[in-house]
Order: sequence, then C-alpha cells, then structure tokens
Amino acid sequence: MTAVWGNRQYRIWTGLLLLSVLLVVLAQHVPLFKSFPAWLVLDLSTWLNSVISALFETLRPLGMLLSTLAEMPLAGIRSLLAWAPWPATSLLVILVALYAGGLRLALFAAVALGMVVVMGYWPKAMNTLALVIISVPVAVSIGFALGALAHRLPKIRPAMIALLDVMQTWPAFGYLIPLLILFGFGPTAGLTASVIFSVPPMVRNTLVGLSDVPPAIVESALMAGARPRQLFWQAMVPTAMPQLLVGVNQTTMASLSMVIIIAIIGGFNDLGWEVLSAMRAAELGRSLGAGLVIVLIAVLLDRITRGFAERGGRAISGGVLRAGMVIALILAVLLSGYDLLPGDQAQRLLRRIDGWLLDFVAWSAPVFAVLRNAITYGVMLPMRIGFSGSASPMVWGFALTPAITAAYVLVAVALALILGRRKPMRGIVTGFAALLFWTGLPAFPWPGVFAVIGVATWQKGGAGLFALAMAGLGLAGLSGLWVPMMQSIYLAAVAVLICFVIGGALGVLAAENDRFSAILRPISDTLQTLPQFVFLIPALMLFKVGEFTALIAIALYAVVPPIRYVEHGLRNVRPDLVEAGVQMGATPWQLLWQVKLPLARSSVLLGLNQTIMAALSMLVIAALVGTRELGQQVYVALSKADAGAGLIAGAIITAIALISDRLLRRRVSN
Amino acid sequence: MASASSQIMLSCKNLWKVFGARPAYYFDTAGYQIDPDGLTARLRREGHIPAVVDASFDVKRGEIFVIMGLSGSGKSTLVRCLSRLLDIEHGTMEFDGQDLAKISGPDLIEIRRRKMGMVFQSFGLMPHLTALENIAFPLKLQGVARPEREARAREMLELVELGNRGDALPSQLSGGQQQRVGIARSLSTNPDLWFLDEPFSALDPLIRRQMQDEFLRLQSQLKKTIVFITHDIMEACRLADRIALMRGGKIIQLGTPAEILLQPVDDYVSDFTAEVALTRAIRVRDLARPALGDLPEGPVVPPAAPIEVILPALASGQRQFRVEGDDSLVLDATSVLEVLKRDARHGLGPEGGRG
Repeated sequence: MTAVWGNRQYRIWTGLLLLSVLLVVLAQHVPLFKSFPAWLVLDLSTWLNSVISALFETLRPLGMLLSTLAEMPLAGIRSLLAWAPWPATSLLVILVALYAGGLRLALFAAVALGMVVVMGYWPKAMNTLALVIISVPVAVSIGFALGALAHRLPKIRPAMIALLDVMQTWPAFGYLIPLLILFGFGPTAGLTASVIFSVPPMVRNTLVGLSDVPPAIVESALMAGARPRQLFWQAMVPTAMPQLLVGVNQTTMASLSMVIIIAIIGGFNDLGWEVLSAMRAAELGRSLGAGLVIVLIAVLLDRITRGFAERGGRAISGGVLRAGMVIALILAVLLSGYDLLPGDQAQRLLRRIDGWLLDFVAWSAPVFAVLRNAITYGVMLPMRIGFSGSASPMVWGFALTPAITAAYVLVAVALALILGRRKPMRGIVTGFAALLFWTGLPAFPWPGVFAVIGVATWQKGGAGLFALAMAGLGLAGLSGLWVPMMQSIYLAAVAVLICFVIGGALGVLAAENDRFSAILRPISDTLQTLPQFVFLIPALMLFKVGEFTALIAIALYAVVPPIRYVEHGLRNVRPDLVEAGVQMGATPWQLLWQVKLPLARSSVLLGLNQTIMAALSMLVIAALVGTRELGQQVYVALSKADAGAGLIAGAIITAIALISDRLLRRRVSN
Repeated sequence: MASASSQIMLSCKNLWKVFGARPAYYFDTAGYQIDPDGLTARLRREGHIPAVVDASFDVKRGEIFVIMGLSGSGKSTLVRCLSRLLDIEHGTMEFDGQDLAKISGPDLIEIRRRKMGMVFQSFGLMPHLTALENIAFPLKLQGVARPEREARAREMLELVELGNRGDALPSQLSGGQQQRVGIARSLSTNPDLWFLDEPFSALDPLIRRQMQDEFLRLQSQLKKTIVFITHDIMEACRLADRIALMRGGKIIQLGTPAEILLQPVDDYVSDFTAEVALTRAIRVRDLARPALGDLPEGPVVPPAAPIEVILPALASGQRQFRVEGDDSLVLDATSVLEVLKRDARHGLGPEGGRG
C-alpha cells in the first residue's frame, strides 16, 4: 500500500462520513432523505407474478411429468418403510452404523431408534427418511456431475461458484410458490427445493477433491497408459473419495434440514409438520418431543455418513454386514402385518410434560425477563431506533435535550479524533459507528447507504460487485422493501454481534484450555448438525412470539462458527512466534491480544463471514416466530401464494448475503 | 553407421519447451534457422519462460543417462517432455523409429503401456490401493486378468525386496518402501525406457544411499535404458554413465562424470562440482591409460573402484597400478596426484567429501 493510495482512501472515506453527517442532519427537515420516496416504488411483484404464471403455466405439463416420475419412487420407498416392521428397519440401520462407525455408534443408533419408537414418532420419522432417501442420491449425482464439469472447464468455475452461492443463500420459502405452480401440490416441489439447497456442498467438495489430487498421481496414471476415462474413474475419483464423502455428509445434512423446513407445505405427515403444527397449537411438550426426534435422526445420519468419510467404513467385515442384512430381511417378512408400535402412552405423557413445561416457563419467566430486557433495551432498541430514539422518557427514562445532543456530538468527535490520530481509518470507523448509533440502523438516510455500500463494493470487488450492490439496494427501494431490508440487516447485525462476543469468548477459552475444548466440541458438532427449524423450539418456549425470540433462535444457530474459527485460528498461530512473545516477557493477556489474535486475524474474519451467512440464512426461518423484516415478507408471500413478492424479498436477502460475503472475504481463489 | 544408430534408444534434436501465454507463436518459423540465445532473450523479455532451450542429445541403449541441474534449471520439464506429459514447442524425439513428438492419442497411450515406465519424486501411489494393487495398476489399465497381473506384481515385489508388505496401504509404508513400490510399479510392464524423476530426493540421506545401491543392483540385472533426473551431483556421479548438466533450460555440458569433474566447460560447472570429493567420484578406469612399452607392473585394481582405494599404496610409494581384466591399461601415480591436488585446493581431503 503506497502512501498516496492510502491518503486518497482516507479522503474518500472522510468525505463519505461528512456526507452522511450532512444527510442525517438534513433528514430531519427533508423527508426525501429520510425514507425511500414512495413515488419511486413500483408494483414489481404483480408484474413478476404475471410473467411467472404465464411461464410456469406453459411449463406445467413438463412439471407434472417430472412430478409423476419423482413421486413414483418416493411412494415406493415410503410404503416400503411403512411396511417394514420397526425391528427389521432398526436392525438394518444399527448394522450400517456398526459398519460405518463401530460399536459406540451402533449403540447410539439402537438407543436413538428405540426412543423414536417409544415416543411414538416412528411412522413420521420414516416419512421424513423417505424424503431424504430420495433427495440425497439426486443431489449427490447432480453435485458430482457439476463439480466434475467445473473441474474440467476452469473457465466456468467463477460462474458456477456464483450460482452455488445463490442456491445456498436464496431462501427456499422464496421460490417455493413457483415450484408449487410448476409441479402442483405435492412433495415434488419440496424435494426440488431440498435438492437445490443441498447440491452446492457436493459440487464444492467434488471440485476441491478433484483439484487436490496430487499431480504425481495424475502423471503416474498417465505414464501407466491410462485412457482419459480410466484416469478419471480409476485414479482421480478414488484419490478424491474422502473429500467426496465429506460432500455426501454435508449434502445429507443440508437435505435433512431442508426436508424438515419444507414440511410447511403440509400434507406429508412427517416430523417437520409435526413440529410446525405443535408450535402453532402452542403444545410445547409435543414440539419438544418431535424436535428431540429430529435431533436424534440428524446426529445419527451425520455420524454414519461421517464414519464413511473419515474411516471409509470397514469397522466390521462386509460379510457380517451382508449376513445381518439377510437377517433383517427375514425379520421384516416374518413380522410384517403385526402392529408392533407402542400405543399413544408416550404422546399422552408428552401432553402432561406440556403442563410441567408451562409451569417451568411461568416460574422461570422473571429470570429470562431480565435477559430479555437487558438485550432489548441495551442492544436491540439502540440499534433499531438509535440513541436519538432511545433517549426518551419511555425507553431510557430521560429526554433528549439539546445539552445531551451536544454532549453526544462532542464525545463522538473527540473519540474519533483520538482513535484516528495514528490510524485514520479507525477514526473514520468510529465516526460511522457514532452516527449509526445516533439514528439506528433502519433509519440511516438511504442515500447514505447507497453511497457507503457503493464505495465499499467498488473498492473491494470492482464493477461486478458494485453492480450487484446497486441492483440489490435499488430492487429493495423500488419494490417498497427498503425498511424491511434495513430491518433484516439490523436483526442480522445484532445477532452477529451477540454471537461474536459470546462465541469469540468461548473460542478463546477453548483455545487456551484443552479440557474446555473437549467439552465444547461435541456440543458445537451437534449444534451444527441440527436442522435450522429445531432452534425455534426452545426460543419459542422460553420467550413467546416476537423479535427477541427470533434473535435468540438466530443466535443459537449462528454461534458455532465464531467458536470454531476463533479456536482454530488461535491454535494454529505459529508456535515459534508465540515462543518469541513469551520470551520477550508478554503476560498471557498481552500474548492473546498482541500476538495470537492479530496473527489469527484471517481465521477470525472467516468466522465472522460464516456467522453472517448463518444469521442471514436463519432470518427466514426465524420469521415464523414473528419478525418484521425481509424474512417475514418471504413468509407472508408464501402464505399468500404471492410468487413475485417471495422471489423479490428472497433476491434481496441473497444480495445482502453475497455482498457481505464478498466484502469480508479476502481475495482467495475458491 | 547402422550399428551405431541401433545403439541409440532415444535421439533428441533441438527440443524447446516454453511456458507462457502463446508459446506456439515463436516457433512458427518454417524454413528459418532458430538462433537459441536470441530467441531465449526475446522470450524472457516478452513474459515467457523458456524451460527447455534447444536441447539435443542421444540416450544409448542400456546406459544410465543422468540429467542434472538445480531447481528451475528445466530438468523436470525436460523429462516430462520426453515422457510426453508435456508437449514440446519444437524439435524431434526419435524413439523406436518414430518421432515421439508427433505421436498422440491412442498411439501414445500404447507406447506408455508397453515401452515406458516412470518413477516420481513424490511416489504418486494411489492411496486407496495396496502396494500389490499399486504395482498391478498399469496391468489392470491394460485389462490384464487379476490372477495374471497379481502374479506379475508379486514378482516385482520380490524384486524390490518388499515381498511381505504386499497388503499394506501406501500410508502404512515408509518413504523408502513407498518408492520401492513406485519402482516396482514402473517396471511391472517391463518397459524399454525407464524415467526416474528425482526418485530418491524425498528420502533421508542414509535411505537415499541404500536406494542408490539397490538401484545399481537392479540395473545390473535388468539392463534398462534409463533417464535419471537429480539435483544431487554426488548421486549423479555415483550412478551415471553420462551426465547432462542443465542451467536455465540449456544443457551446458554433456559427458561422463569424469569429464564433467576434470574438464568443466566453465566456472559454473566447476563451482557446481567443487563440493565433490574427487577421490570418491573418479574411478580407476577414468584415469587409466594404454601402457606404453613394457607390460605394467604393480598391484591390480578393479576398473570401477574409486581411486581412494589406491591411496594407501600410493602413500607407501607405489607408482603404477594394473587394471583388472585389461593388461594393456595402466594407472599412473602422477594422474592420481593431479586429482588429489585439485581436491586439496578445495579443502576436500579423501575424507572431506559429502558423499
């Protein structure tokens, strides 16, 4: 970085800061700067709806054909799983678990499946499993093919990766309506959404796996006289197999997560539907029970697929596995026709638990109310309505007098100048933070948002990213979704802030303390395996419907990446540099802040990136418990069957995700 | 001479390999004479990397031809051109009556299956296959039935003295053992032309020396035509019949180890070889001359022995040695003393080398 470039950089950003200050002051008198002008808002969704219905109605015969083709095997597997008596199916799963992960996993499988049976969720669990069994092979095949294609043709890689990012960040609720128009009412639309969401990890892992095949392996196969196909199937694919199996694991988990969310369409009597209807009926016990079953199945699927990825199975010999399968088959035939499932005692018990839970919630309410008030008044309100809004007798108990305003400005300017003395960028960031804290995020003048995001994207990502940012912001403004968009950014920002403070602290502790790390790791593992839907249950139970509940659900889901990446970053700091710090007499605290954290910076930034992605992807799910941002718009559009509105709100969420990802990610090759 | 040409296995003329945006552009010179130095300078100026510059050499049947140079000298690129893992920009490579440079597709695959074998620095073993399956892999690609290819692979395992490790995965083998598997695999198709790309460079010094001995033992049995790449001058001197020394893509000297050591063409070559303890690298046959007049007197020494073996006798005043198996040759003390003087200049006594 040359000094000239640096100076220019500072001048641009100082200019932007002054412009923003001016806009904030002006906005109090000129409404044009305050909120996006209403006369600019177009009825985009109606227009889009007419296009979509015209297009998809013509495609409908094709859609129906595909849907019939997809539903035949689904119906087959579903009836097979319904026919097979649970002892036979369980035996089969336990054998696979034994083969994949050894005795401990087999034991876990036995206990987990036993619980599913006893709690009375077996048929519903089998319906969910049927959806997974259909969607995973499809997603894995498509993902493998696309990954191999992208490996073969390096030129299409950037476009492919951009497409994968869109597939992973566009909320499924946003395109469910068009799919329902295309495929008709039934599981195919949900399956398609599940495939769209779960293909990307397979593509990425295939690409990484094939690209990481050592050149010597390729060359030695060529020198052995391999034909192109032999080279691919006999040398490259087997060498990449561990990575491909990691892809299968991730695709399976993504598929399960989406299959459960998609239950919102209804009509399939699966676990997702069970949780949703229990939550709607405010039956805590039932939703907790179904949630537990989902957790058990998720952990089981994860450990089995990961067992194959990490050890390639082989915990028992293939012969034992085959013999066991035959026994399971015989068992299935012998036992079929008998009703072996327990009655509904467990369900009645869950209803009773309901009462206890309500008692517990009522009893614990004061404790959680403290937490809720602290975060609402301390973090959420200031970020939503700002200092200027919070400083009122209603909120903070004091009014905003000119003297207080003057003091705020004085402190902010002084702070910015002091912090910016040696590193000007710090001063500028402080200035922006003070300004945001004054107005609150959603009320920040919209031309200021355009200017700041425009300059940032231009500098970091060039014309392409700039165009994407302008298109996203423009779409939000023109479609009348400016305020929900800013609300989304605000809610995600609060969640990320909380996650990063808590997760970062946990990550530091885990890096410093092996025992703590050993305790934390399985918890993180499990949290990361769970379908997004599950996080709503405890949040809803303890905090009722509302934005705060959504925040808790988002934070629970997004807290793992900062833990992981901070710990990973700190543990991988070069030991010789740590030794040098110790030798120079650094205290542990100095070592952490002045040696380890600065050196772990790139890992921490990656963690921040992942946290933001997780928070944004959870927005739409969290909308189910009541928010007022884009996720809610998507959800409302879904319930009104308004395809256009859902697509537009979804597109804006995707744009936010892509822009924040590109802004935070260092320019590394994918 | 017909007999001389049949002695030559691989004949390369004016090979060029260039990396960059559009290397072919510079060789669109039908009928023009290429000026190597001029073209090299121009390529560098215009952002291209000339990795092999106008290389011409013959590899004789049954010889160990070592290509030596520091990293970046183009030696690995050159062997990849010979094995056609890379395409050359210009030149001819005559092998078995065909120009290798013009062969492609199924014909090239066929040549690799029957006539070439290659050993890699980082082994290149398939991680999912056992040692035995790795060795059988080239035969599997050719569609040889399992019992037959496994029998052959077992034979190869015996040859590299790994008979009991056939069921081990590469990750369960040491570096030296992995490279034995790599060697066995490259020999499983009984190739005529054997490429070894720095095969021992990734191994510890002690293992490296064992593997070199092992390699010489194998070669005395098999008598392959070998192109051997190394950056280690001591290794080159131990193994080579002839050495091609590369620098900046060019072959700057080509000759026997003794020629390279005793008559370096320039300061670079003499600096390069300065570390070598000549008493170990120079052999009796390199200094032996036809005896003039009377039959020579003195103790008999084997022609392949390094001259350090005669040092004790030399110190006790012996002036002449006879060469084992050839009565017409004599080794004279003065020529040995010349070599000792050069070693002394570099501060390398008989024990000072890094061999």
